Amino acid sequence: MRAFKFKQRLHLEKHKGHTEDMRIKPILPIEGDILTYPLLQHIGSPARPLVEKGERVLLGEKIAEASGRISANIHSGVSGTVVDIRPTLEPHGHYTESIIIEADGKMEEHPSVKGLEDTYNLTREQFLDIIKEAGLVGLGGAGFPTHIKLAPADPDLIDCILVNGAECEPYHTHDHRVMLEKPGNIRESMELLLRLFPYARGILAIETNKMESVMLYKKLFAGNDRIEVIGLPPTYPQGSEKQLIESCINQQVPMGGLPSDIGVIVLNVSTVAAIDAIIRRGRPITRRIMTLSGDAFVNPGNYEAVLGMSYKTLVERAGGFKSRPFKIMSGGAMMGWALFNLDIPIIKTDSVILAFTEEVANIQKEHPCIRCAKCVEFCPMGLLPYELNIQALYDDFEGFKKLNGMTCIECGSCSYICPSKRHLAQSIIMARGRVRRGS
Amino acid sequence: MSNNGNASHYLITSKPHMRAKITTSRIMLDVIIALIPAILVAVINFGPQGTAVIAVSVISCVFFEWSYQKIMKKPITIGDYSAVITGILIAFGVPATVPLWTMVVAAFFAIVIVKQLFGGIGQNFVNPALAARAFLLAAYPALVTIYDFGLAPDAVVTATPLVEFATAELHTPVLGAVWNVLWGFGSTRGAIGEVATILIILGGIYLLIRKVINWRIPVFFIGTTAVMLLVFGRHGLFTGQPHYEIFLGALMLAAFFMATDYATSPMTAMGQVVFGIGCGAITAIIRLWGGFPEGVTYAILLMNLLVPLIDKLTKPRVYGAA
Repeated sequence: MRAFKFKQRLHLEKHKGHTEDMRIKPILPIEGDILTYPLLQHIGSPARPLVEKGERVLLGEKIAEASGRISANIHSGVSGTVVDIRPTLEPHGHYTESIIIEADGKMEEHPSVKGLEDTYNLTREQFLDIIKEAGLVGLGGAGFPTHIKLAPADPDLIDCILVNGAECEPYHTHDHRVMLEKPGNIRESMELLLRLFPYARGILAIETNKMESVMLYKKLFAGNDRIEVIGLPPTYPQGSEKQLIESCINQQVPMGGLPSDIGVIVLNVSTVAAIDAIIRRGRPITRRIMTLSGDAFVNPGNYEAVLGMSYKTLVERAGGFKSRPFKIMSGGAMMGWALFNLDIPIIKTDSVILAFTEEVANIQKEHPCIRCAKCVEFCPMGLLPYELNIQALYDDFEGFKKLNGMTCIECGSCSYICPSKRHLAQSIIMARGRVRRGS
Repeated sequence: MSNNGNASHYLITSKPHMRAKITTSRIMLDVIIALIPAILVAVINFGPQGTAVIAVSVISCVFFEWSYQKIMKKPITIGDYSAVITGILIAFGVPATVPLWTMVVAAFFAIVIVKQLFGGIGQNFVNPALAARAFLLAAYPALVTIYDFGLAPDAVVTATPLVEFATAELHTPVLGAVWNVLWGFGSTRGAIGEVATILIILGGIYLLIRKVINWRIPVFFIGTTAVMLLVFGRHGLFTGQPHYEIFLGALMLAAFFMATDYATSPMTAMGQVVFGIGCGAITAIIRLWGGFPEGVTYAILLMNLLVPLIDKLTKPRVYGAA
């Protein structure tokens, strides 16, 4: 099958060369390290703490439990002692109630960490229970609880499990490394998913700037006629769920709907790799593969960090900065957040820390719109960013909604391409937040 | 809470944290680069007199933009080069014989009245250079339509080749005539920017390659003009000679450099098609049945006025919309 392309594609400088060949290096907490677990690391309601101050916890022990329909469990990534439960700052700039654990350096495992011998006779319900228990959420960045995503209204209507290995964000190489270093996990997971969704075919979509991964999986799945590996020409924002569906099966998700409405479930490739580790090894989500990149790092690379470690600890143990960075971002150059300090914990949805010197962190002045229409040409959702910008700046939320401002996926393509350097995405994202909050 | 004495602060900006290299001034510079070959031919063909017209027009435009912004205490934006382009395009629309003071008047009208009073770059509702041209045609018709340029030894005392074509008895131009019109070397017949059509086209291709403009407006503009001129020929149905006519006058200049003006053309793909067709149709109508030999000025100005309506009626389809 040929790869379709969504129309409004951007060709970005991908900046992946610094880290794409760097093997994943684990960086583990040592005795005395403080780990912080925000109770909200996913979309939905915060988890409810199960431990108390002073209590000893073990590696893999559930320390907070899902509350409400959309929520996720949280597990300790170390053995140690709960020293406090209080609000702390998390990467997106919010203060969230968090469990704080001091590691004892022993990494003593909880007895609940136990793999499943027989995965062949697993029922869908058992499977969903296990991944719910493990606290798995979408590791591509959105953090939607996976056990809910994999439980659509009618599972038999799902005809495509689309595994997202596009990794279209510049600088990101963690998914690429996971694909290269954990092919066994990914294969087992995909085969298991297809057993659970008997009417679905599997697609693994990878951008061709990761040719090594494309070739590896073409070979790996050569004999499997239910799984297809698609090499996609690298474009942005192809790794966005809606655009990836357009690229791979040439369909659009209806406005306001979910991919499952057209029979598709999209899972990030790291989420898929985690499924096998959960099922066969019993490992809950306590670690995260992070890419550290940008010209301010001494050792840019891919690191396996334990959730709850502070950004500062990870950065220091990875070799630190060459010089004081001018700007630090979590999550990527296009869709990430700028950070004002590093005293924040690594959470499930993190993926990249970027640190730029002043030279690279270019800030340009905003100029008047010249109506060049590039934002219209490159909006992957078919919106009119220049008009939404005006409505956002003048607080015209009715007009903003009428022009479908709420369907924006916040990819930032409009701001990227704007020759007048207007803060289009910024104003649109703010307006979206205000519309949602009803102010 | 964010500033509780913590010394380690980094720059905070909203996503995206990387931007394309393209800037407004680079785009405008590309337009100027695209116009340079035609300027050189104008300098060669029209000598010091033509050069002076271009220079006065450009300098006046930049000066009026600078002084308006200075007086009104607004940020000075002459660094975006857009006033330079307006200056060149005003000069390209007049014969080299115009008195230089008319260029100063035209520059004032284009920059102050049409552009700055409506809010500056991006806010003008008609193309400033074309508005100035229309203004000159209305205010000083005698001065801006004399195409008798006496310096070249073979100069013919007539109007532009287009005027000649519209009124002549003989309607089958020889191949050589087309060739001369295309290159324009040695030609002094016509407005300053109308003598080297091939170089204007090359400039347009440069803008297409640099993605400064897209193909929709020029292709539909020129295409519609050609089809209409062919069908409704000057001497009955299907007697037209569009292969010759489209290279005459200011059509190429208008299609590549004026109709594509960002501020005064639609922003949606479908809107640009509608706009191009409209410009082409009105141009052909004026050429065939109007009182002026050339129609591009009024065609584009009229279509400029329709841009907000076109944009409103041609919104792109939103992802996932039924």
